[in-house]
Amino acid sequence: MIISTLAFYLFATLTVASAFMVISSKNPVHSVLFLILAFFNSAALFVLLGAEFLAMILIVVYVGAVAVLFLFVVMMLDINFSELRQGFLQYLPIGALIGIILMIELLLVVGGWQLSPEALQLSSAPTVAMTEMNNTEQLGSLIYTQYVYLFQIAGMILLVAMIGAIVLTHRQRSGVKKQVIAEQVYRRPEDSMVVRKVEPGQGV
Amino acid sequence: MEIGLAHYLSVSAILLTLGIFGIFLNRKNVIVILMSVELMLLAVNINLVAFSSFLHDMVGQVFALFVLTVAAGEAAIGLAILVVYFRNRGTIAVEDIHHMKG
Repeated sequence: MIISTLAFYLFATLTVASAFMVISSKNPVHSVLFLILAFFNSAALFVLLGAEFLAMILIVVYVGAVAVLFLFVVMMLDINFSELRQGFLQYLPIGALIGIILMIELLLVVGGWQLSPEALQLSSAPTVAMTEMNNTEQLGSLIYTQYVYLFQIAGMILLVAMIGAIVLTHRQRSGVKKQVIAEQVYRRPEDSMVVRKVEPGQGV
Repeated sequence: MEIGLAHYLSVSAILLTLGIFGIFLNRKNVIVILMSVELMLLAVNINLVAFSSFLHDMVGQVFALFVLTVAAGEAAIGLAILVVYFRNRGTIAVEDIHHMKG
């Protein structure tokens, strides 16, 4: 028990600290790397909560796809980031004020709130013991039966996002040589060959 | 001390606040704003999974999966728009993005 408590505090502290570094570091590349650290630590929190499948999905999707995409864009765009940081201190007081007020409110809500005893009976898909069925099986038996339409819609959202990203960033550039197979197939010898009679000793 | 639901909810509240604070702090840099949005969605996910675990209800994890899907799509589209904007204008400063203003 003591180990899981310590693990929770370690991962929670690291998550919050790296989230703070994401928003405060000077270099956006460092921001992305701290974002990856935050994702890893919250995946560890998910494991502590017993949601192994979501923890692995978090690492695969967020670290493997989203964070790498961020890193790619940050490094591809040639931007003067120090220029974008002007006014950083100007917005600090008001941002800090609103942030602190919001955090105090949220923590008051969390601290002064209790579960009603009937809440546990209301669950629509109760979890079963890990020895009977593991987390991935439980999740799969829900999303492929009760939530199958939502699952399909999630797939459609990803498809639309993929098509949208391709349509937005794809461009037709002029002056690029490309192989057009139809033109090669339709090429006739008389279009491209000329037979000349060359007199001896004169050249073409 | 036993780690309860309130501990996880506190972590998620702090993460959400940091995300909002990040939007205030980096008002000119769209990339960091997008990263702050990702942090806020991560806070939502921690909330959903914590409730799912402590109330013994799998539906929270199903919805966390859908939030993850939407977050991935949002990041892809947002960064694509950013790349197109940079290609056309040569800058990504938020204050210059006001062409749609009447």
